[in-house]
Amino acid sequence: MTLTVEVRKQLPHFCLDVNFQCQPGNLTAIVGPSGAGKTTLIRIIAGLEKPDSGRVCLGDKCWADTDSGMFIHARKRKLGLVFQDYSLFPHLNVRKNIAFAATDSDRVDELMDMFGIRHLQNKRPSAISGGERQRAAFCQALARNPVLLLLDEPFSALDAGTRRGLRHELHDLKKDLDIPVLHVTHDLEEARFLGDSILAVDNGKISPDWFGGQMRSADAMDNVTVQASLLSNKSYA
Amino acid sequence: MNWEPFYLSIKLAFWTMLLIPLVAAPIASLLAYGRFTGKSVVDALVSLPMVLPPTVLGFGLLVVMGPRGVAGMFWEDLTGDRLVFSFAGILMASLIFNLPFAVQPLRASFEKLDPRLLESAAILGLSPTQTFLRVILPNCIGGLTAASILVFAHSLGEFGVILMVGGSIPGETRVASIAIFEAVEALRYNDAFLMSAILVPVSFMVLFIINKINERR
Repeated sequence: MTLTVEVRKQLPHFCLDVNFQCQPGNLTAIVGPSGAGKTTLIRIIAGLEKPDSGRVCLGDKCWADTDSGMFIHARKRKLGLVFQDYSLFPHLNVRKNIAFAATDSDRVDELMDMFGIRHLQNKRPSAISGGERQRAAFCQALARNPVLLLLDEPFSALDAGTRRGLRHELHDLKKDLDIPVLHVTHDLEEARFLGDSILAVDNGKISPDWFGGQMRSADAMDNVTVQASLLSNKSYA
Repeated sequence: MNWEPFYLSIKLAFWTMLLIPLVAAPIASLLAYGRFTGKSVVDALVSLPMVLPPTVLGFGLLVVMGPRGVAGMFWEDLTGDRLVFSFAGILMASLIFNLPFAVQPLRASFEKLDPRLLESAAILGLSPTQTFLRVILPNCIGGLTAASILVFAHSLGEFGVILMVGGSIPGETRVASIAIFEAVEALRYNDAFLMSAILVPVSFMVLFIINKINERR
């Protein structure tokens, strides 16, 4: 089911005003500088915050629509969300964290195998590394078979090597996902590697110019031809 | 020396400690996470027993729990017994008197909890009650333990409220603090000294344990 987002919300320094769609099976990378409103956008889609106006719909079902006054709470949206820093429950071991909201224990095993963390199942989050915790967080988010997956800078707290590894794992994983995936990042390289489409957000607005500007400034460091072809292969959502 | 007042004091402190989380935890949760009009009024009401003279609180409870009071009549209809001058009565008074001593550490503990855990719980589909039982309480077990032990220690030393609501009925409401008061009044200083000498190290140990728990949190 297609995710449709048309929201406005007044933030302290600017107005978040974003319209876009994300198709099932597609990963839309939301990229932009810190403080651009990316996380607020994700929180509105998740139902953790309300928009001032607009709507968030998945297929023909609206989760939030200010015109009709509809607002479905986050707990009823059945979505998966991976935060930028680990949001596993510290009092539960890895397995119990993943099984927390799962309906099927086979799915828990399957996910732990897929992310290679079955051997950590009896360990508490505090006893495993950052990369392992984030793998467990992915498993937790996917265990309830979500209808939408939201990733809020899931790799930003990891070291470069772990980040690269997880980026590839997510790249492989998304081929099997038939739901819309939104991936917030301020890392252009990550956005280009993972995104089927890229949404550049700056000061609360969709801003292809910001993305273009970043591309030009990056030209000095990277291969211009490769970057140009990468840009032409992406569509602005 | 008659050990019965000590037995009663410990019985009262034990039951207060056991039951108070059932009352204090939901109130602390409401004050920590709730956004509603009149929150500061609820906050002040819950803290009132800390600043009111125990005799004032005791008198108020005596009126409410007496044979013509709302709680007293309800209890009598339910059990056939009177509420004042009974162990159940002093237990109820003890729960109210101790409420701020349990609510405040619990509230602080709830407020210290990473709000992202609550958001994670919501995203994973948990209702507010499930979040409270499966996420908040297990992660605030230190605060809950500290609050319970503080209440236990505080209950051991209760005097004014117990005297007003329960009087001094041997085996029923005459707890150690009241027995000490009566011993002094009757000039039995040796008895008073002995009973006090037992209460001091017990209270000290309880506070020592609380400090150790707080250091580990």
